[in-house]
Amino acid sequence: MKKIFDRLVRSQVWRSIFRHGLPESNRTRAEAIFFNFFFHLHPTKVRKRSIKFTYTWGLGGISFGLFIVLVITGALLMLYYRPSVPQAYGDMKDLQFVVSSGQFLRNMHRWAAHAMVAIVFLHMLRVFYTGSYRPPKEFNWVIGVILFVTTILLSYTGYLLPWDQLSFWGISVGTNMIRAMPFGIGEMISFLLLGGNIVGENALVRFYVLHCFIIPVAAILLMAIHFWRIRKDGGV
Amino acid sequence: MDEKLDAENQSDNLITRRYFLESISGGAIFIATAGGVVLTGQFLSPNVLREPSLRFKAGLVENYPPDSITLNKEQKVFIVRAKEGYFYSISAVCTHLGCIANWKSEEGIIACPCHGSKFNKEGKVIDGPAPRSLPRFIMTMDEHGQLVVDKGSIVGEEVILKV
Repeated sequence: MKKIFDRLVRSQVWRSIFRHGLPESNRTRAEAIFFNFFFHLHPTKVRKRSIKFTYTWGLGGISFGLFIVLVITGALLMLYYRPSVPQAYGDMKDLQFVVSSGQFLRNMHRWAAHAMVAIVFLHMLRVFYTGSYRPPKEFNWVIGVILFVTTILLSYTGYLLPWDQLSFWGISVGTNMIRAMPFGIGEMISFLLLGGNIVGENALVRFYVLHCFIIPVAAILLMAIHFWRIRKDGGV
Repeated sequence: MDEKLDAENQSDNLITRRYFLESISGGAIFIATAGGVVLTGQFLSPNVLREPSLRFKAGLVENYPPDSITLNKEQKVFIVRAKEGYFYSISAVCTHLGCIANWKSEEGIIACPCHGSKFNKEGKVIDGPAPRSLPRFIMTMDEHGQLVVDKGSIVGEEVILKV
């Protein structure tokens, strides 16, 4: 067994992927973190106090975990959902009653979405109460606030997609709230968001694209910066 | 000679070749970016809207008894026929956040189910968060005696259709 392992570690393939020795010294242990894409965000050292579970409650990590769940279940739901007025509601019902595990995936997406809003909010509270927004981390707090807004926007844009009464009136009321902005700005934003004056075909496609592509990409970019900054500041 | 050139290059009021090329290329990139932003903005605003017509036929006069108020659900419009027999039409879309208001015959008011706004038969706000009265739309009659409502033209309270 040991012989096979030794041969594997010495092989060209292994050494081309892991370009450092086994983590047996301080140097190679650090290299194992530095030279790994998934670990490179980590600091090489963290304070003992900050890895105590009850300090962070793992809320940021749970938020990210829920985001991953939402990406996977969302991508699967996209295979059966067509964002058009005649089909959207029917496709949603098909997912519930016809597609194998469709109901499970849809519910998972829905519950994870609700949970993510709640957990992100709790994470924000935790950061506030532990004073983790204070310099030098004040800019990361700002990114966090923007991430909170993207979470809400993801939740809101997803709300239209089932195309039922609740969706329709939810978006009608929401876009009318935007319309209340003064100097015609509200009307302009609402028109661009809906792609017209009514909640119709254009609005459904626009909300779909925002929900499945534009906002998630923005969120991923912001998350990368958020995590990187946390690690560089010695957080967990 | 070289010293003289160096001195010229270092003087503040001389445009160097590098500065010139940087300005030209930077300017070009700026113009291209600004153009891209404008074009994207125009792209996002649809030029053709395939939305339902704002003008619709509301049926014959006989369908509406005097002193009645009828909600056309599809068009989101109230067709009102007063006691005296004349017609007017008001929007059923609440001016607060766009829900459809209903006529409550027992109370004699138009009420919105979403946030409790109340309007009178003329569309005037009586109560609730609605900021404006319900707009009144122009009503006409075509050559076949059909009532026609145009949601595109909002008129004052004094405008009625006598039949």
